[in-house]
Amino acid sequence: MSEAMLSLRGVTAYYGAIAALKGVDIEVPAGEIVTLIGANGAGKSTLMMTIFGAPRARDGSILFDGRDITHLPTYEIARLKIAQSPEGRRIFPRMTVLENLQMGAAVTQFAHFDEDLRRVFDIFPRLKDRASQRGGTLSGGEQQMLAIARALMSRPRLLLLDEPSLGLAPLIAKQIFSVVGELNRNEGLTVFLVEQNAYHALKLAHRGYVMVNGQITMSGGGLELLERPEVRAAYLEGGR
Amino acid sequence: MADHAPAHPSSPFMAALRNAFITALIALGLAAPMMGLVTVQGPNGLRLEPHWERVAIAVGLVFLGRLALNLTIWRPDAGRTRTQIPPRVEATLARLGRWFAPVAVALAVALPFLPGVERYTVDLAILVLTYVMLGWGLNIVVGLAGLLDLGYVAFYAVGAYSYALLAQHFGLSFWVCLPLAGILAAFWGVLLGFPVLRLRGDYLAIVTLAFGEIIRIVLLNWYWFTGGPNGIGGIPRPSFFGLDFTPGPDGFAATFGLKFSPLHRIIFLYYLILALALITNFVTIRLRRLPIGRAWEALREDEIACRSLGVNTVNTKLTAFALGAMFAGFAGSFFATRQGFISPESFVFMESAMILAIVVLGGMGSQIGVAIAAVAMIGGFELFREFKDYRMIVFGAVMVGIMVWRPRGLVSSRTPSVFLKEKKAIAGSLVQEGHG
Repeated sequence: MSEAMLSLRGVTAYYGAIAALKGVDIEVPAGEIVTLIGANGAGKSTLMMTIFGAPRARDGSILFDGRDITHLPTYEIARLKIAQSPEGRRIFPRMTVLENLQMGAAVTQFAHFDEDLRRVFDIFPRLKDRASQRGGTLSGGEQQMLAIARALMSRPRLLLLDEPSLGLAPLIAKQIFSVVGELNRNEGLTVFLVEQNAYHALKLAHRGYVMVNGQITMSGGGLELLERPEVRAAYLEGGR
Repeated sequence: MADHAPAHPSSPFMAALRNAFITALIALGLAAPMMGLVTVQGPNGLRLEPHWERVAIAVGLVFLGRLALNLTIWRPDAGRTRTQIPPRVEATLARLGRWFAPVAVALAVALPFLPGVERYTVDLAILVLTYVMLGWGLNIVVGLAGLLDLGYVAFYAVGAYSYALLAQHFGLSFWVCLPLAGILAAFWGVLLGFPVLRLRGDYLAIVTLAFGEIIRIVLLNWYWFTGGPNGIGGIPRPSFFGLDFTPGPDGFAATFGLKFSPLHRIIFLYYLILALALITNFVTIRLRRLPIGRAWEALREDEIACRSLGVNTVNTKLTAFALGAMFAGFAGSFFATRQGFISPESFVFMESAMILAIVVLGGMGSQIGVAIAAVAMIGGFELFREFKDYRMIVFGAVMVGIMVWRPRGLVSSRTPSVFLKEKKAIAGSLVQEGHG
């Protein structure tokens, strides 16, 4: 536990007077996939954004490699090699796929751009075919691939993925999850995954957290959580 | 038009006729009291005078106009194809488009020496080019960075007054003042940028609008410094690298063994603004391919995504404001040296609106589109000078027309700033399967 790459300690965040996060503790150890599941409005995406400093944590602290990043500006956090594939993808619709990927490499000063480009095209060959197409003309699945590829262009040490399966056909979602799993196994990429698709997320993850109303109610190994009756009842059998 | 369509339209024509008839009835209701009855001063006080023929004309016009619109633009089946250009035509246009820019530049360079070109034409071309340059400058802020700036003329004013005051009080030459004016304008750009960093869209537009007005009102009221409404006169003319355009023995004409002509200075001014405009264009095109230019465009698309990719949005916005303002400053000092006289009247909101209209009509972010729009708008404005105030109506109608048929501006396609150089041939062993 002391080796955690990212750790959140008693983090609270507010939208005006409304508390969205009420003292969250999360540990993401290096080399693992950690997932956070929860219902709509539980505060999952807020947590993801709070790691990036918007909204800023009001109390508690966020440590990355033991360094307190709670009060760093968003772009400085990104420069620490934390990359995010945000909720709703947020690709740049009028810019081409290639330009989107260039934006992803902004923090590396383009030191190894060609190499990284080849790598993400290997992972997502579809993007190579679409390289000169505008981001907005891609299908939902391709846009999600682009969002992940863009995040990978910065050679992240920690990848934050916010609902990568959102709005995707089950088959495409499965492909996305398997890519994430491969990146973790082959390259040791640390991943923090926020998902509604509890089954896939927990199966993939080494460790899982369950969030309800801005608080962590359960945590444990991914498969272990998957076996728990409370989790099954709330997020698997009833919800799906 | 769905809300006007009857439940069971027997035919499109009948539906259109019916709709036009209802519209005519509304027009009758409005026109009868407003146009049909006129109060006239009679011997026994006011009396009403009927003018039913006017009502008939108005109602008839409304009926026919509505019918014509119903049968053409507003036809239910016309909506899909209206804004589309056939792919064949589009392809031809694209091929022509590649040649358009070089030909236009060549024409612009040759313009003063073309047969039949008089002083008036060159003067008009100078005016047009000033707006082309302003359009390109504002394009950085609005078109690339997506920051709606309604007070752009403020920086134009800063540039103009910088040159006028520096030249008058310190006797500095145009070539020294030009960079100084640019720097001062950029400084004001940053100054405006700071308070509006967190604003976007409508809110940003309002603040920049106010900023433009503040600058103008300060110029108007700071009497001892700016001359207030009297403006500043006797601004030195530019020299040809030290040679004045005067008939004397050390003037431009005498030095080069030419016969003196007042046209020399006009032509010189023309090439000066042409060079300034082309520099603006060149710098913008180069910047678009650099990380900063890409960051501007990404900022326009999605600010939050930008920030989480490690882009410092504060610096990115400020550089956009500063660079846009700098080019306005250059254009401003050119304006001052050309006119020889400036006053706050030249820097009213209408100018900002005009420049913004050029950028929007040209197609935000498109360099060629902005140039075409500037030529069309400023040139057209001059061409229809005879029509006095009516030209504003024409102007409005043209703008509505463009927005209907080309809603994203004249040139709406965006040129990618980068292309994939290597071809698609990668070894099969490198391609992982099943993730596409």
